[in-house]
Amino acid sequence: MPAPVQTRVIFKHIDEPGYTNDIECYLRHGGYEVLKKSVARPPAELIDEVKKSGLRGRGGAGFPCGVKWGLVDRKSGKPIYLIVNADESEPGTFKDRYIIHQDPHQLIEGTIISCFANNVKQAYIYIRGEMPEGARILEKAIAEARAKNFVGQNILGTGYSCEIYVHRGAGAYICGEETGLIESLEGKRANPRIKPPYFPAVLGLYQCPTIVNNVETLCHVKHIVDIGGEAFAKTGTPNNTGTRIFCVSGHVQRPGYYEFPAGTITMGQLLNEVCGGPLPGRKFKAVIPGGSSAKVLRFGERYKGKRKVGADMVDYDWGVEDVPMDFDSLAMIGSMGGSGGVIVMDDSVNMVEALANINAFYSHESCGQCTPCREGSLWMKKITTRMVHGEARPQDGALLKGVADQIPGRTICAFGEACSWPTQSFYLKFKDEFDAYSEAKKTLPADRLTLV
Amino acid sequence: MIAAPKPDLVTVNIDGVDIAVPKGTNVIEAAKLLQKDVPHYCYHPKLTVAGNCRMCMVEMGMPAVDPATKQPVMDTATGKQKINWIPRPQIGCGTTVAPGMHIKTSSQMVKDAREGVMEFLLINHPLDCPICDQAGECKLQEQATGYGRGYSRFVEEKNVKPKRTQLGPRVTLDDERCILCSRCIRFSKEIAKDDVLGFVDRGSYSTLTCHPGKKLENNYSLNTVDICPVGALTSTDFRFKMRVWFLKQTNTIDIESSVGVNATVWSREGVIYRLTPRRNDAVNDTWMSDSGRFLYKQVAAADRLAAGPRINGAASTLDNAIAGAAELLKAGSVALVGSGRASVEEQFALKKLADQLGASVSLVARTAQGDKLLISADRNPNVRGALVTGLISALPSAQLTQLAADIDAGKVKTIVSHGEDLAAAGLTPAQLGKVSIIYLGTHANATSAAAKVLIPTLHTFEKAGTFVNQQFRIQKFAAAVPGPVGSTNDLVVLSKLLVALGGSALPTDVHGLWPVIAASVPALAQAAYRTLPETGLLLDATPWSGLPFVEGETLHYKPAAAAVAA
Repeated sequence: MPAPVQTRVIFKHIDEPGYTNDIECYLRHGGYEVLKKSVARPPAELIDEVKKSGLRGRGGAGFPCGVKWGLVDRKSGKPIYLIVNADESEPGTFKDRYIIHQDPHQLIEGTIISCFANNVKQAYIYIRGEMPEGARILEKAIAEARAKNFVGQNILGTGYSCEIYVHRGAGAYICGEETGLIESLEGKRANPRIKPPYFPAVLGLYQCPTIVNNVETLCHVKHIVDIGGEAFAKTGTPNNTGTRIFCVSGHVQRPGYYEFPAGTITMGQLLNEVCGGPLPGRKFKAVIPGGSSAKVLRFGERYKGKRKVGADMVDYDWGVEDVPMDFDSLAMIGSMGGSGGVIVMDDSVNMVEALANINAFYSHESCGQCTPCREGSLWMKKITTRMVHGEARPQDGALLKGVADQIPGRTICAFGEACSWPTQSFYLKFKDEFDAYSEAKKTLPADRLTLV
Repeated sequence: MIAAPKPDLVTVNIDGVDIAVPKGTNVIEAAKLLQKDVPHYCYHPKLTVAGNCRMCMVEMGMPAVDPATKQPVMDTATGKQKINWIPRPQIGCGTTVAPGMHIKTSSQMVKDAREGVMEFLLINHPLDCPICDQAGECKLQEQATGYGRGYSRFVEEKNVKPKRTQLGPRVTLDDERCILCSRCIRFSKEIAKDDVLGFVDRGSYSTLTCHPGKKLENNYSLNTVDICPVGALTSTDFRFKMRVWFLKQTNTIDIESSVGVNATVWSREGVIYRLTPRRNDAVNDTWMSDSGRFLYKQVAAADRLAAGPRINGAASTLDNAIAGAAELLKAGSVALVGSGRASVEEQFALKKLADQLGASVSLVARTAQGDKLLISADRNPNVRGALVTGLISALPSAQLTQLAADIDAGKVKTIVSHGEDLAAAGLTPAQLGKVSIIYLGTHANATSAAAKVLIPTLHTFEKAGTFVNQQFRIQKFAAAVPGPVGSTNDLVVLSKLLVALGGSALPTDVHGLWPVIAASVPALAQAAYRTLPETGLLLDATPWSGLPFVEGETLHYKPAAAAVAA
């Protein structure tokens, strides 16, 4: 089956020759027309469109956006805040950055529409500290939009006012976790909050109800309101509506970002046809389908079981290449769609060394609040570092698994899962390589790439 | 059968036992009511919930309800409502009880979770218990023994962090031992209102420290040492002085103000090593000021009167001193100066002496700014005891102006001072020279130097008794250490004086004395030393409600409206 053609909705103008990130260019391409239509409609209707669209959050967890908005406490009398989560930090993910750099007004329009729908008077774009250029572009774009009365006081003469502020993080992965982000925005250490009681929808920013949405999610809102929720839901597959951006990195011929209707493309089509297959003379070995915290998949493995198609349960028997790239299918085979960051590794990669790299990242980024994640992430890093740079032992793989098993489900936020899933899955899928690493290490080429 | 719970109670099931607990109780406290230990580090009953140590994880379930019909789902095997157990453990500290909630505190899932957390906490901990001051009162030690796996799989290098950091004048920090529970940070912020502590760096390298340019030097800094579950924060004064398991604990009451902070004296072989707060949710919660803790140093201070009774500066026996004093007293024109630092029992005995002599009694007030927390404006611990026993009927003043005038007028020839320095209370050296002074006290001062008869007595930590605090709560303290050689219990001295003046002897131990007190003091008619609860007994304050007490608001105390108006 040939791969479907790309359907670029969010990335429509990304890398388009002559398309610039200023407001005039955006307006020439029909920009802010959706906003003009939206502010004439009742806000509840807009929320309803989003609910009908079945849009699932694009930050990683895939939580239905309409449900998230439905949870917001609107009776407290407190102001409602909207935060744009632009702290895109998951290794392997680089979609939001392109939206911000090349099409910032799309994000601003989606944000203001979402604010209008939810009666939000103040929105924040929390942008990753390592993206100063993005922050500058957003500041400029907001100023342009304000000058045209799309942002600020009395938007388009409707009496509705909404401000957007850009807030730069200071360089911490944990700030992408929504309650950590809120703490950071409040000027504190980004320690994620305990839930209950601090659900952002009720006790979020400054203890007020708060909506935290990913950049791509809010861009989708603009298109949903434009074409209607039901029309939007026709793209993709049921429960995985709209388009999905895949950021493919690693050992393929053409890495990059690709946008497809969700669930319509399989891993094999994406990697072999869209991305041009493995590098010459190489074979695919493993792929992480949704950002580095997603569980790794091993090429050559079969995944069998029953799945729901319409009302029926049908058997499936998939290789990695056959898996449709949607939230549910990837979850079914034990990984996740996550942020859409597809990391490909070919047979030149030693999995112990790859894990050492991932563990170094997560141990560096654990906030240090909860014992299991704080101590476990660093311990796993110390083990893999020792295996790679020092004395590896045959029992280290099992030890790694033993440590990783003590973390997930026992922490305040999902970082516990994020830091332990790579270790768990790497060992599960490549047990042979871990157990034999102490021997294999003796024959590794001396001039191989050194790891961080 | 469990009786139908009251509206403000919630029935939960913990390890198969139903228990009704107040609404809002968390799982740790609810389990405690059933004598079930839910181990924890970061949770502290008087601080906000942080939920970060992950030690208190329990298995939790809620009764199953059919989402469509809202009807309970029954388990056919047991005939009871089915329980939907959450597949991942929940933190006990952050989980508030809900009707029908089911909790397992020792299931396999819980045991595994605790073992995991214990192992993680210990991998970067120095395990230097043999040289650690916390050993013996260390939660990490106790819970590693109780809930740990017993062996280590860790073969890597441990993290290196700062050692022996002086966070302030009284607190020393060992960051390697710190388990990052954040209790001290929360205490400083929430209770002491002095937000000086925080973490720097990330992950396992997180390090507790003071904010730049700040010090942990507020008067409550040592509470961080008490609540530190490990040996990270230690008292600079106490560290390396004594192993805690050698120390005897005696209940006492802080004497620095009328708050009446409940405390514990830690002593060994007659030497006091430290004071720590004792929990009393109606008075001081679990806190105590640093200044109150250091009052133990008075006991062995250099100016302690310890060389035995003296008459005109010459060594004497107690009996001779009593006889000498009685001789002076029999001459008449006597004034008594009692003390707001004396116990209820001593004030009662002094009142008997006053009645015997027909003498006037004054008290010396000590006031200073209160700190709105645990030090009140009245720095006498027991002025209300003097009111209750009838020793005085009006609030004392700081200066003994009436007594001074009486001396100058020749109306007073002899003064009995119970521990009060008359010079500090405004009497001039000339006035002191005009009278014969009988001094019963613990420390040397101008009055003891001028005394004709000097009888060294006992410090609060050396005797038993009771104080009545600002809430009119009578609280008892016990003798922790013996007094120095040559000192005599105040009650013995007062009783002997009574006898020497022709009165009848009073029992000189608190247990014997209390029936006498209860028989003659209406407010204390129902009380007895032995049966006084450790958390104290509130007395009826109405007879004194019109008095303009000086205390402002402190923890668990609001001044009565009348007193504010006054």
